[in-house]
Amino acid sequence: MRYAAPTTVDEARDLLTGNPGSRVFAGATDLIPQIRAGRPEPSVLVDLKRIDQLVSITESDGRWTVGAATPTSALTGNDAFTAAFPGLSEASGLIGSDQIQNRSSWGGNLCNASPAADSVPALVANDARAVIATGDGTRTVPVEEIVTGPGQTSLADGEFVVEFEVDAPPAATADAYLRMIPRTEMDIAVAGAAVRLTMDGDTCTAASVVLGAVAPTVIRVPEAEAALVGSTLDDDTLAAVAAAASAACDPIDDKRGTVEYRRQVAGVLAKRAATIAAERAGGAS
Amino acid sequence: MISRTHVHCTVNGDEVDFLADDATSLLDALRDELGLTGAKEGCATGDCGACSILVDGAVNCACLMFAAEAEGHEITTVEGIADGDHLHPLQQVFLEEAALQCGICTPGVLVSAKALLDHNPNPTEAEIRYALAGNLCRCTGYDKIIHAVQEAAVQLNGASK
Repeated sequence: MRYAAPTTVDEARDLLTGNPGSRVFAGATDLIPQIRAGRPEPSVLVDLKRIDQLVSITESDGRWTVGAATPTSALTGNDAFTAAFPGLSEASGLIGSDQIQNRSSWGGNLCNASPAADSVPALVANDARAVIATGDGTRTVPVEEIVTGPGQTSLADGEFVVEFEVDAPPAATADAYLRMIPRTEMDIAVAGAAVRLTMDGDTCTAASVVLGAVAPTVIRVPEAEAALVGSTLDDDTLAAVAAAASAACDPIDDKRGTVEYRRQVAGVLAKRAATIAAERAGGAS
Repeated sequence: MISRTHVHCTVNGDEVDFLADDATSLLDALRDELGLTGAKEGCATGDCGACSILVDGAVNCACLMFAAEAEGHEITTVEGIADGDHLHPLQQVFLEEAALQCGICTPGVLVSAKALLDHNPNPTEAEIRYALAGNLCRCTGYDKIIHAVQEAAVQLNGASK
């Protein structure tokens, strides 16, 4: 196992294409425990953090660009970013302790492909796109198309995420993310819900509802979105949102949460996140 | 074949050079190559925080870093917190308030607490508890640790006035 720290995307691409079995990493907070647990060692460990583009946060012409290896502590510590995307910021800030926050990244959280990744539902709710370095260029795809199942992604061998693009939200639009864990810190989501709403006064005019940890990948809930649009988030609407979210779940059954529990909690979280997003967007709730 | 990387970095203010096996964690390099055994291996998965160190002032788990990643960075371990023979106020208060029992977690707790107070000199109790959430202690029940950090903050703020 060889360590390499390229300083350009091209250099990283050459390392990956020239060395079968190589692997990129950012914070290594998943990679190192996986290797210790007996997963095959990569031939080359390609550290992406020396590439400036992969560790940067910029905003230009209404578009935020975040390097795939940027530590999440840099996102939660960025006041302008957090003001624009409060839900995405809070989701990013829930990944582990302060120690982990200084290493964890959107690129790693996404490509480790855990169904419970906290940043992913909020990225999808904000229609974030991933810019992927391919063998000879880049391609840009919606974040929701990256993860195909637990530990599985649609990235081809040698491909890696360079950066994420997220358009600044339209006026009167805000997001929120809530998760359920059995303790107050330092745990993995049993269920998570990200909601982004656009409000016109008290009326919702656009909605994204995305659940995490309750299916093999994060899932959108179009029925919940349809219930929200045109509503004033009255009790009947919120009940419909919760029912739709619960119905959309296809969760695992384990010691941390039964199928019934995860379904119930996902509905409650979706409803509460919608209420918070509406308040943040300036609408009544 | 084991690949090795030459690493040049700053550890507790001193420039150091060492050869690191590419598979070696920074924690193992600190302990085995540099003889700094303050940082401990508890879980080796980033959960317990006993290996907490500062990298350019930010708290990290040394068990979750490859040693080669330290190149060019400023590393601070618990051995670098004191000012010569004068203990850091956190260390002094931890002794006086008996904010430890077995002591395995203590180096990591001190490093995390220093990172907190460096960035936030007047933390609330809740802020201290969140900042130390990545440092597990199975002895104290945490209350003595929290109180010691609060007292150290008071002393540090008094000293800076």
